Amino acid sequence: MSSLYDEVTPTPPSDVPTRRVTIDVNGEPRTVDVEPRLLLAHLLRQGLKMTGTHTGCDTTNCGACTVLFDGRPIKSCTMLAVQADGHSVETVEGLASASELHPIQEGFKQEHGLHCGFCTPGMMLAAKALLEENPNPTEDEVRWALSGNLCRCTGYQNIVKSVLWAAEKMRAESN
Amino acid sequence: MYPSRFGYEAPKSIEEAIGYLTAGAGEAKILAGGQSLVPMLKLRFAAPEMLVDINSIPGLDYINIGADGSIRIGALVRHEDIERSEELKTAQPTLAAAAHLVADPIVRTRGTFVGSVCHADPQGDWAAAMTALGGHIVVQGPKGKREIAMKDFVLGPFQNALAFNEIAIEAVIPAPQGTPVGSYLKLERRVGDFATASVAVALNIQGGNVVRAGIALAGVGGRTIDATEAASVLVGKPLSEDSILAAAEAVAAAAEPRTDHRGSSDYKRQIVKTFVSRILTGIANSEQKVA
Repeated sequence: MSSLYDEVTPTPPSDVPTRRVTIDVNGEPRTVDVEPRLLLAHLLRQGLKMTGTHTGCDTTNCGACTVLFDGRPIKSCTMLAVQADGHSVETVEGLASASELHPIQEGFKQEHGLHCGFCTPGMMLAAKALLEENPNPTEDEVRWALSGNLCRCTGYQNIVKSVLWAAEKMRAESN
Repeated sequence: MYPSRFGYEAPKSIEEAIGYLTAGAGEAKILAGGQSLVPMLKLRFAAPEMLVDINSIPGLDYINIGADGSIRIGALVRHEDIERSEELKTAQPTLAAAAHLVADPIVRTRGTFVGSVCHADPQGDWAAAMTALGGHIVVQGPKGKREIAMKDFVLGPFQNALAFNEIAIEAVIPAPQGTPVGSYLKLERRVGDFATASVAVALNIQGGNVVRAGIALAGVGGRTIDATEAASVLVGKPLSEDSILAAAEAVAAAAEPRTDHRGSSDYKRQIVKTFVSRILTGIANSEQKVA
């Protein structure tokens, strides 16, 4: 039996028109043929096999699929892959280097910012967009910036602490 | 969830986009921010044959504030552009107050102001704000441009006055007479939920008197509710406790709330009354400080 997720594959049947797009994903140009209805979240997960981007609600509510699109956070379940042609996308796979965690990832580890981890990639990318613009946010500003991302485990307290921890570390590193 | 299959074009000019709409003969739809359209495609509430993506059209992302205080907002201005505009904070307080209450911060990076107005959701914040402001939408079709006043633009829930081959290219807020004051309040269960009730207030004050009073409501009826007639009790005099109470009661009476999981009809009407009164009292107090 085919699952729901087999219905749209990264390589659609030969009679379906596709468009060739080139998207900069975590600094690497990726050229793929997509049918217009393929969502960016599904291109990332199924087409490019980058499953760090999670799809939670699929209805533009939860923010688990948040990625950075030209540096700004968007819900990748609510953008067509074809729309990303010529743009840059950063996913959670782009955060850590080969040898070290990104300070935001480290913050989530230090402050226990995750339980099940499902919302975490989206939280971290929303946090990254915040800290790039506002390196020294208040707790309120962190809560506000993350208000489009749902977590059902933590009660948010430790997520907010994680982001504040990361902010402090990033400030220290840039001095 | 997947949308049904559709064709896709990303034109580089408004004229080219109109060409695709015309060729689509009613089966083509404009894609701007997509924050309402894409969810509707996924739920298959909408199944157009063609999407015409206007995001590649240059020159539609402007917020122009004229010397007379009129404001023009292009079709690709995102919610967050409104939220971040320092100029709008003083030039248009109703918009500035509503901006950070639209959807959630991540939706705001992508969704557009004009697209939200076109979506004509009865719970939409911008349609209510534009109605209170007495604004209009400039639309362009094969025969050129025309203006549609907000009261004629929203025809019903999710219905706007655009012809199938027309594009809403900008939203216009007319020049104020005197000083524009106002605010926007929204009750939502959590960030990103639809409004339980929202109130947009846009006044013009000249020589201490209210010379124009626009009030509109979202979430308390089957469409955006224009309560400007109810607000007319404010016009021609300074704000006073009596006029504020009279307006709050008249506006609450103009609401058409329905009981649902967000609250009872009576509760929502009470919220409208409280919000109108709270916004107007806030304005009256700040006016006193200025005087």
